[in-house]
Formats: sequence, C-alpha cells, structure tokens
Amino acid sequence: MIKENLAIRKSDVINRRMFIIGAAKIVVFAGIVARLFSLQINENKKYLTLSDKNRIREWKLPPTRGNIVDYFGNIIAGNLKVYQLHIIPEQVENFNYLLLRLKTLLNLSDKKIQKITKLKNQLKPWDSIIVSENLSWSQFLKVNNYLYDLVGAKPVMTISRNYPFSEMYTHVLGYVSQPNEEEILANEIVKERFVPGMKIGKLGLEKTLEKQLIGTNAIQRYEVNAYGKRINQLEYQKGLQGKKIRLTVDTEVQKLSAQLLLNKAGSISVMDIYTGDIIAMYSSPSYDPNLFLFGISQDEWQLIRNNPLKPLINKTLSGLYSPGSTIKPIVALSALENNIVNPNFKVKCTGKTELYGQTFHCWKEKGHGFVSLKNAMKQSCDTYFYEVARLLGVDRLNVTAKKFGLGEKVLGEYFDNEKSGLFPNTNWKRNNLGRGWVLGETLITGIGQGYIQTTPLQLCLMTAQIANGGYKIKPKIIVNDDPLSLENAKTAMELQSLQTPNTKLFNDQKNIKIVQEAMFSSTNEQFGTSYRSRIEDTKYQFAGKTGTAQVKRISKRERELDLKLEQIPYKDRDHALYVAYGPYKNPRYALSIIVEHGGSGSKAAAPMAKELFKLIIDRDELRDKQSNFENINI
Amino acid sequence: MYQRNRLNSELSFFQKIKEIDYTLLICIILLSIISLLVMYSTDGGEVLYHTKSHFSKLVVFFPLMILIAFFNIRHWHTFGYIFYFLIILLLFYVSFFGLKASGSQRWMDLYLFVLQPSELMKIAVILCLAKYYHRIKIENVNTFTSITLVLSIILVPIILVISQPDLGTSVLIALSGLIILWLGGVKIKYFVYSFITFLISLPFIISFLKPYQKLRILTFLDPDRDPLGAGYQIIQSKIAIGSGGLEGKGFLKGTQSYLDFLPEKHTDFIFTLFSEEFGFIGSVGLLILYTIIIFRIIRIGALSRSNFSKLFCFGFAFSIFIYIVVNLSMVLGLLPIVGSPLPIMSYGGSSMLATMIGFGIVLSAKINRKQTIA
Repeated sequence: MIKENLAIRKSDVINRRMFIIGAAKIVVFAGIVARLFSLQINENKKYLTLSDKNRIREWKLPPTRGNIVDYFGNIIAGNLKVYQLHIIPEQVENFNYLLLRLKTLLNLSDKKIQKITKLKNQLKPWDSIIVSENLSWSQFLKVNNYLYDLVGAKPVMTISRNYPFSEMYTHVLGYVSQPNEEEILANEIVKERFVPGMKIGKLGLEKTLEKQLIGTNAIQRYEVNAYGKRINQLEYQKGLQGKKIRLTVDTEVQKLSAQLLLNKAGSISVMDIYTGDIIAMYSSPSYDPNLFLFGISQDEWQLIRNNPLKPLINKTLSGLYSPGSTIKPIVALSALENNIVNPNFKVKCTGKTELYGQTFHCWKEKGHGFVSLKNAMKQSCDTYFYEVARLLGVDRLNVTAKKFGLGEKVLGEYFDNEKSGLFPNTNWKRNNLGRGWVLGETLITGIGQGYIQTTPLQLCLMTAQIANGGYKIKPKIIVNDDPLSLENAKTAMELQSLQTPNTKLFNDQKNIKIVQEAMFSSTNEQFGTSYRSRIEDTKYQFAGKTGTAQVKRISKRERELDLKLEQIPYKDRDHALYVAYGPYKNPRYALSIIVEHGGSGSKAAAPMAKELFKLIIDRDELRDKQSNFENINI
Repeated sequence: MYQRNRLNSELSFFQKIKEIDYTLLICIILLSIISLLVMYSTDGGEVLYHTKSHFSKLVVFFPLMILIAFFNIRHWHTFGYIFYFLIILLLFYVSFFGLKASGSQRWMDLYLFVLQPSELMKIAVILCLAKYYHRIKIENVNTFTSITLVLSIILVPIILVISQPDLGTSVLIALSGLIILWLGGVKIKYFVYSFITFLISLPFIISFLKPYQKLRILTFLDPDRDPLGAGYQIIQSKIAIGSGGLEGKGFLKGTQSYLDFLPEKHTDFIFTLFSEEFGFIGSVGLLILYTIIIFRIIRIGALSRSNFSKLFCFGFAFSIFIYIVVNLSMVLGLLPIVGSPLPIMSYGGSSMLATMIGFGIVLSAKINRKQTIA
C-alpha cells in the first residue's frame, strides 16, 4: 500500500514537473516565431536587398563615345569595331600554359607577359584582363581557331575610337587614350563610368567635351554564385552613346590647309566673319591620333617628339609669333580712330629713319619715297608706320588692338593649351619688366615686332572683325543652334552692336573702310605686296596684308649681304605671315596663314590664300545649304 | 497484477497495429517527406547523392522504428543500462580508433554508413536515466549517492564527447540527462544552485575552450566582426531566412543556397534553406508540425502507466524540443554556432537513427501504455 502510494506520488512529481517545462516550451517556441517574424516580415526588404547584392553582380562595359562630325556631317571622330582578346582568370585552367600559347600565337613580348601576370594578381578573378586591345583580323581568326586550346581566353568584339582623317584634325580634336589613375580620380563622370579598356579624351575637344562625349556604360547583370562564378545573365542594359557633336569646320578646307602646309611648320585658320564659325584650323605638321588609341610605341613617340617641326604644338592656338606687318591694319585703324592721321597724311621713306641715334630700317633699302596711308599699307612701308606709331603712342595702339582681340584667348573655354599672347603698353612693361617704356619700342611695335606676340587665330579674328565692318564676334568651333544664314548673321551682328555698345569696335566706320581699301590695294593693285597672289574674278577677289616676322635681329653685315632664303640657316629665317578676307565685294571669310621660317609673307604665305579662297568661296553656297542639322544624314 | 501483466504482454499483432499512435506516425512521415524535398533542393533540384542517401536512410530507419515499436516497452526498460554502456564503449572506441574529419574524431566506419556514437548517446542517456529513476525510491532521489551516480552517468559521456571535441553534442547530452533528473524529482534548489555556480564559473569554462570555440562565441556576439570569415555562416543564414519573406522564394528557388552562399546547407543549416524557399508561412508550419510531434509524445507519456515510459517520453520530447530550439536559434542568430542537427530534417545517419529509435520506443510506450514495469 505504501509502495503503491509512493508510486503514485512519483508519477505526480513527473507530471507536475513536465507541466512546468511544457509551459516553458511554448514560451520558447513563441520566441522563435517572433524572431522568424522579425527577420522575414519586418526586415524582409533589408535581407532581400542583401540577398540580391549577394547573387547579382554587374559588369560594366565601356561606353561608346559620341561621334564628332564636321559642318557637313562627315564623321571626323567616330567609332570602329575592334577585335580584342581578354582573359578571365577564374575560367583559366592553367595560366602559364595559356600565356605560353598566346605568346607564340600573338608574338607577345616578355614584358607584356609580365604585365598580364601582374594584372592577374591585382584584379579579382572575374575581372577580365585585356591581352590585346586591337587584334588584326588574321590574329583574331587565329585565336578563334585555337580557342579549344585556350581555356579562359575570350575573343571580344568591341568598339573603339577612330579618327578617319587621321592627322587632319589632331590639333582640334586631340585624341583618346587609357586614363591614368589621377585622371580617373579627377573627373567624377570618368570615375563613375570607368572600366578597364575605357578611353578618355587626353587633349583638345575630346578632353574638354568629355562629359558630353563619354556616353553611358552598357551593363550586364549576372547571377553569380558564392565563388563569383557567373551562372546566367539576368539583364543586358544598353548604354547610351555619347552626344554627337557637330563642329563648324569644313573637312575640304582643312584638307587643303594640310596640303598647303605639307612638310612645313605653320598654321592656317579660316573664319566666318559674321558668325565666328571656324572653318579650318590646321597646325602643321600634325600626327596621327589613332596611334595613341592602343598605346603608342616608344619608337613612334620619339619620332613625333623629336621632329624639329614640333608636331605636338598646336601652332594655331599656342604658337606665339610676332605679327610683323600684319599688325599694320590695326596700327592704321588706331591712328585714324584717334585722329592722329588722315588718309592723306604722307611720310617720306628713305629706307631708314633715325631716332636717338638708333637706326630703324624699312624693308626696302632704297625707300618708298613719299607714301600715303594707302600706299604705305599696300607696299608695307615700315618707315610710314614707325612715324604713325610714334605719333600714336603704344598705349592708344594697345587699346585698339585689345578691342580687336589681341592679347586675349579666342577659344579659351575649349582648349586648355590656348595662349593669350601679349600686346604691350607702357604699364605692362613697368609692371613686368620693371623698366620704363622706350620710344624705340613703340616704333617696332608699329611694325609688329618687339614684345608683341600673337597667335595665328588671334590674327584671323582681328582680320575677320575688320572685314565685317568692325563688329566684335565670338569665334566658335561647335555648332550650337541652327546656323544662321548670311543675311541673318549680319543683321544679328549689327543688332547686337546696338544693344551692347562694346561689340562695336569703331568710332567711325569710315576708318574701317579706309583700312579695308588699303588692304585691298595691297593685294589687288600693282606694287602691292601680295599682288602676285591676287584673283581678278570678283567672285573670289580678296584683300589681305602680308607680314614677315623677324626671329632674329638682322646684323648690319647680314643686311649688306642681302642673303637669299636658302642661304640662311632654317632657324634664322623669317616667319611668313598673311592675313586676308574675301570676297572683297561681299566679304564672308577671313583667314590667317603662318609659315614658320618661310621667308617673306608675300612669297611663302600669300599664294596659299589664293588657293584657299578659291575653295572656300566655291563651297560657300554648299555651306549655306547646311543651315539645318537635321538635313544631314550620318 | 500478474493478470494485468500477462494481458498486456500478450497483445496480438493486430491489437498492436490498432494501438499505434497514427497522429504521431503521420507527422513523422510528413516530416520525412518534407526532409526529402528539402534535400532534393539542396542538391540543386536533382536527385543526387544527398537525396539518395537521405532516402535510403529513411527506408532503413523507418521500418526500424516500427520494429522497435512492436517490442514491448518492458524490453526497452530491460535494455536501458546495456544500451548506455554499449554506447560508452563505442565512445571509447571512437576516441582511440575513430575517423577524423575537420579536426575532430567522432565517427566510426560501419561500411554501410558512418556512425557517430555521440548522437546515439543522446537517446542512451535518456533511456538509462529513465530506467534509473523508474527503479529508485522517491525518498532516495536526493541522496548524495544517487545524485553522484546520476551525475557520473551524465558526465562520463560528456567528457568523452567534449574530448572529441564536440561541444554541441555534449551540451545536448547534458541537457537530455538533466531533464530526466528534473523529472525524476531532484530538488529544484540543486538546479538553482548549480545554475548559479555555472554562471559564476562561466569565465573559467570559457578560458578552457578551444580557440575556434571562443571564436564562435565572439562571432555570435558580433557576426559583423569578420563577415567573410567566422561570421559568414550566420550572416548568410540570416540573409537567406530574411529574404524568404512571408511566402518564400519558392521551392528550388532559394538563391542563397542554390548559389552556394549557405555553408552546411544539408546539415545544420537545412532550416535556412527551407525557410528561404517556403518563407514565414512554411517555417511556422514546420514548427507547428514539430510542436504536434512533441505534444503527441508528451501525451503518450501522460497516458502511460509506468514511470519508465513517462520519464522516457517526457525526456525524449524535451530533448527533441531542445534540438529544435538550439538548431533554430543558431540559424536565426540567437545562439552561437554549435553543431546541432534538426531532427529528421538534417542530413546525417546517426542523428536520424537516434531519433527513429526514440520514436520507436515512444510508439512502443503508446502500444504498451497499460504495461507496468516492476
């Protein structure tokens, strides 16, 4: 009985204690459900994002750059299909074997192999290594043939920049190439869109218009496993090609410029005198920008770098030259505007003039005799302009020259290598050289020598603004809005001068007219310095001014010797310059030509203008028809 | 008494079939089917090694469970101590000649499958202590000799398992043993005292832990301290479960497991995969299924006449509960990572064998619920 009782008591203990635990179990299970709820319901979004982040990996592809076209829609910077070979390290079975095979197949250098091995250790296993950026078609075929033996290698077709006119536009467009680390970090957009193999603008418009040209990355989204291996492609998001940019330049004129300056160092710029459109801008010699796309070889680079004609310098924008006699129209205009002289003012030229014991020579040893303003300009009489400059003074000349854009960047916002040049005055000298201005310096400034330094494009702008009747224009190389027709452009220019008086560059337009006539006579009348380059057909007739800039002081002995060009060492020869506008009756275009060490402006530079004007004016009608961008099929 | 004994021991085969707890049986079958589906999913939606192996284990162990159920509970009572000592022997054997894998020595090769005796010890310790408390007089439960004896019964296997080293299993063995002590009537104050002692000595225990075990605890406290190393499992597990949401990503569509972000998805992290694919609804459903199983076992214990059956059922129910809680808390980031499988669901023969033996004895207790044991 007792035993029975005890047995009952024992099972009671068991049951009671079980009950306590049972209650605890429910609480614990409830706790687990609560935890599940918080993870799966409350924080579901967070974990879903994390899970997607785990499984989805994006591969960015290089963006396609926007095309750059000339005024007529010809592509001058486009894109070309290129064949490349990539290695995806995670797919490679035997890295050394693969490299060995590729080395023999593609003739890779040991240095290249080292570079690839180094890259492999730096990159993530799923990042592709570019073995060859630009395979020839036959190499590409070869690789494809042996692909079974090249596990992990991947032939890729991609798009790369291409400059169809090779060296023609290098100084305008610049070129693209692989960015270095600093360049990637310096530009937000580049940083964001960078992928191996992407190229960025290194120079010229390619650099300044980077933001518009770059385009957006195409994106491949892959599902990857925990080891980063691609399982399948989820999405392919097409990238947008960069913006198409239309320039004001005319490839035909550019081509002719290049032809004319072949084997010479120099620059040609052509400008619309009403719209400021730059029609040609060529600096010679140039170099092929396509060489830089896939990394230029050391030999090719040295060849460009060591060329004595300095192809790397954009002479149109960064070349600084004494304008020589091409400055005379401004000197004359300034004197007329300041009422220092009138058109009938005459000076007797004896071939030289003395000032404080110093002799200033006219280019013509025998002298021009009595010359008026028109004749002085026509024959480029230095003595006359010494005298005018003396009477005018450098400070007043400086004011006029500044108005016409000398000493100031023309396209500064687009080209960071553009130079502003220099037009001196007395203050400038005191502040920068710490010495007072000497009258002799005024004299030589009057014939475009001395401190004065101009870029070819500045001279072109100066000429354009004389040609258009003395109105300020804003030169441009990019077509922004619909181009204006000639009449509209003229009206717009004149209207603007009424609204903003500082765009009117004259006090009396008669003075501009006098200078224009003087320039006309220089080209089209007998004894004019560029008379031999004239065109009599009024359709093409142009007016201009030659210039010959000394690069070295001519010694007395040399003056007596009167050496021929060929007898002078290249470095010491004068620069030949020419500025002109045409057609004279109804002007539309201005140009400036500089041939470094070309000798005299009338012999070396002016004949080029003749060729150029023929072409430019022939293409004038065509150009006018291109007023609407949409008409162009690209 | 004699007559009743006779009557019970002579249940006919059909009577036995009639007496089987079908609710429990159906739940076990359901769980087995779910476990096979999930295993199929871990194989990436194909019948591969794990699915085949899991299936063949079910095919062998399920009939074994039925077989056990058909033996009178009395025999299991008789067998209690022998089973315990047998497993102790196996543990000794393993500690000398066992197979080594990932730094611990806990397996023995039986040709057909690899046995992990420590898993069987979870059941053996319950069986052994249930028998002990069934036989001991209630007045003697709290005597010094008794307490010393039961503590050694628990401590010997624990020491053997810890030395393997296998902290997770030893903790589970300890908890299974302690619950029988609790049910058997050991004074509550002893539990309280020893719990306090445990808390106080915790820092010393930690100083004895192996570096990887310390790391696990540190990782549990802050999984983000080494997200690609020690914290990886727990972070990825939480991501998988959390991303499952209410309805889950769908069967065979769990990206975390499919793309190999989940380690040990076949074994300890099987619930993570299940939860990712079936979501909150599925997870709660699975939990309900387990709850039914546990309460069914408790009910059988409550209905049983013999204290042995009661103690075993309650103890086994509690240990199943503990396995589930430890496993789920681990994958949900509530506990440090200790190797602990989810009953039936996880891949692993020994764990399934132990669970099936347990279920078999429970079913036997149900069939023979009127049986008294001397």
